[in-house]
Amino acid sequence: MFKKTVIASAVMMAMLATSAHAETLRWTRSADGLTLDPHSQNEGPTHALNHQIFDTLVYQDMDVEYQPGLATEWYVHEDDPKVWVFKIREGVTFHEGQALTADDVVFSLNRARHEHADMRGLLTSIAEVRAEDDFTVHVETHEPNPLLPNNLTNLFIMSRAWAEEHDVEEPQNFAAGEETHAVRNANGTGPFRVVSREPDVRTVLERNDDYWGIDHYPMEISELIYTPIESAATRVAALLSGEVDLLQETPVQDIERLANAEGLRNEQGAENRTIFLGMDVGSAELRSADTDDNPFADRRVREAIDLAVDQTTIQRAVMRGNSEPAGVIAPPFVNGYSEELDEVVPADLERANELMADAGYGDGFRVTLNCPNDRYVNDEQICQAVVSMLARIGITVDLVAQTRSVHFAELAREEYDFYMLGWGVPTMDSEYIFNYLYHTKDEDRGSWNFTGYSDERVDELTVDMASETDTESRNAMIAEAWEIVADEILYIPIHHQMLTWSMRDDIDFKVQSENTPHFKYLRFKD
Amino acid sequence: MLAFLIQRVLQAIFVMFVVALIAFSLFHYVGDPVLNMLGQEATEADRDMLRSQLGLDQPVVVQFWQFIVNAAQFEFGISYRSARSVSELILERLPATLELATISAIFAVVMGIVLGIYTAIQRGNWLSKFIMTASLIGVSLPTFLIGILLIYLFAVELGWLPAFGRGEVVDLGWWNTGLLTGSGLRSLILPAITLGLFQLTLIMRLVRAEMLEVLRADYIKFARARGLSRRVVNLRHALKNTLIPVITIIGLQLGTIIAFAIITETVFQWPGVGALFITAVRFVDIPVMAAYLMMIALVFVIINLIVDLLYYAVDPRLRVQGGAK
Repeated sequence: MFKKTVIASAVMMAMLATSAHAETLRWTRSADGLTLDPHSQNEGPTHALNHQIFDTLVYQDMDVEYQPGLATEWYVHEDDPKVWVFKIREGVTFHEGQALTADDVVFSLNRARHEHADMRGLLTSIAEVRAEDDFTVHVETHEPNPLLPNNLTNLFIMSRAWAEEHDVEEPQNFAAGEETHAVRNANGTGPFRVVSREPDVRTVLERNDDYWGIDHYPMEISELIYTPIESAATRVAALLSGEVDLLQETPVQDIERLANAEGLRNEQGAENRTIFLGMDVGSAELRSADTDDNPFADRRVREAIDLAVDQTTIQRAVMRGNSEPAGVIAPPFVNGYSEELDEVVPADLERANELMADAGYGDGFRVTLNCPNDRYVNDEQICQAVVSMLARIGITVDLVAQTRSVHFAELAREEYDFYMLGWGVPTMDSEYIFNYLYHTKDEDRGSWNFTGYSDERVDELTVDMASETDTESRNAMIAEAWEIVADEILYIPIHHQMLTWSMRDDIDFKVQSENTPHFKYLRFKD
Repeated sequence: MLAFLIQRVLQAIFVMFVVALIAFSLFHYVGDPVLNMLGQEATEADRDMLRSQLGLDQPVVVQFWQFIVNAAQFEFGISYRSARSVSELILERLPATLELATISAIFAVVMGIVLGIYTAIQRGNWLSKFIMTASLIGVSLPTFLIGILLIYLFAVELGWLPAFGRGEVVDLGWWNTGLLTGSGLRSLILPAITLGLFQLTLIMRLVRAEMLEVLRADYIKFARARGLSRRVVNLRHALKNTLIPVITIIGLQLGTIIAFAIITETVFQWPGVGALFITAVRFVDIPVMAAYLMMIALVFVIINLIVDLLYYAVDPRLRVQGGAK
């Protein structure tokens, strides 16, 4: 099959004397995109699929660097710090032939801000979007927002005319109970167009030969076939038996086997996600503990836990080396991250036991640790390791490992004392971490801060860093905020997750830290 | 006859109602769909808004009543996960599951009866002993393990059969079938064996036990004494009488095959309703879960109804009782 394709492509190349390859790539991962409607869901696999079909104004390439997509330039307006100017690429057409104008961009941004759109969470800072001329868009924010372009990397541009024709000017409304045309049909400007789609089974895309970037990117894949396979063992078997060419999420236990398999190779890289444990420090009494106070409220107990949890052992024994032990809950490429912050606290049981005794918990206590068992790589095993590590400083941990939907629902209801969480930073800036994980939990911010932690200065800094446009003073704010929270030890960092993709060894492609492949970059080795 | 039928149908409706009630009370323990539907940037206010849009903030009784009213009209809403009509999703996936279930059932019944007869007649020989021992694997190994072992042997090591999926499918308008293409048939082999293996061993052991008992009966001895050939005695006299309990079991197992397809479908990424259900559970896609459970309950209820009616037709005593009423 593969040989045939190669011969066919060689023949075609000789005949047409063109540089374009005719190669099929069969791609698999665990889950399908939920919908082709680009604004209705804010979810990884959905964005990864839509990135092949649609374009965004700005996107993060395979090295997660910001690159021009449908916008050729973007900058803050000279006279008004609240206005971002986007120059729109000229001469771009949608798959069905409509020409792209600034009006389509305005339409798409407003569509994504609609109340039925999940993407709206990333766009709350926007006050108004307007087209200045056919190829210039002004985005006005409520407050100056230096990070606006970072929030647009998964914001796909649709055609207004197409949306009106198919009655999909608004994103899917789940309460209305009807499927819209945009769920299974797409008209983007992206490198591939949809040939057929059976959700959860098979999606076939073909190269868009009219793509604006056809000469700019390798674009070597002529046909992209996407077949999600849920079971990890089957996914690996499909790659081993040659039924797929590229596997996006290689299970840790199979990495070595695939590395040694003939004709296959692995690519590894840091993922934009850090795994850590959170503690309820705010409540007067813990729900699951056998004490009538809250041991986590005492900083000494938190430090003792930090000293008892041995990140390097977890890396070696649980992750088989496939992780990067962490000292901070920010992934390495995030603005505000530094190596000093990320320095792993070496395990020190003696000191930890001393701290426990000082805090008045020399005899230890009992608490429940809640973990997901199907969300992060080896999540339940990590928690099991933590249980035995904490036993050595007298803390008896009852482990409750549950499926993700239950874990996160109970976490959101603030039912947990001690829990596992993983956090990725799509905006690549620390503000995102402070906004969701450290700011006091209120209407607008701190929606993932289940620690009960509240610090006026951190809140102030968080709000200010969102609108400060001067890079230097902004970075100073971020550094100050990190200093405060690092001393508090609210979260026990475990590691930065690593991503492994496995592929045929004649494929030249690397891991993208957002777990979003851009297949226009993929090359086949000769 | 009519009274009997009405009574059975009323019972069936009651069973369906109870299943719906249990299913609904369970949904509260599987998690919160809103968290999956909204991204991590959503605020508490966003979540509350979606919850009320979906009616999830209503008391369970109200939600349940709404569900029953809609279900009675075959209206199951749209999937929270894929935004598609649930009835359409299920109808689209049903052919894959039914084809897989039918082929496995045929495989299990044919092989089960043949091997059952063989092991009963050739009780002492080594092949029978081997088959009996091997059949223990079918009973004791969990389905997903059998599936994975078959994948590794036939797809990875030997490269003969595909590891996942349904192959090429022909769309007949109201039905899509994999039985008409080479790749569709090849894709069917491993999942069908995986799904049917348990039933096969069950039927085989049942046939063997029944057969051994029948072979000891007097009329078999008389048949032999009459000088009939072994073949006629075994296949005409003995087998016929063996099959009565076997048919009952097969009928009841058919529903189980459809329900158990969940695991096989997940292992082989078979695009049927079982795999649909598993993904729905992961996402807390309540409309899909509810519709699937109702469908499985309906399958069992219908099969039982048919079995009851067959008994009524077969067993004269039931008819006399009914008539006497």
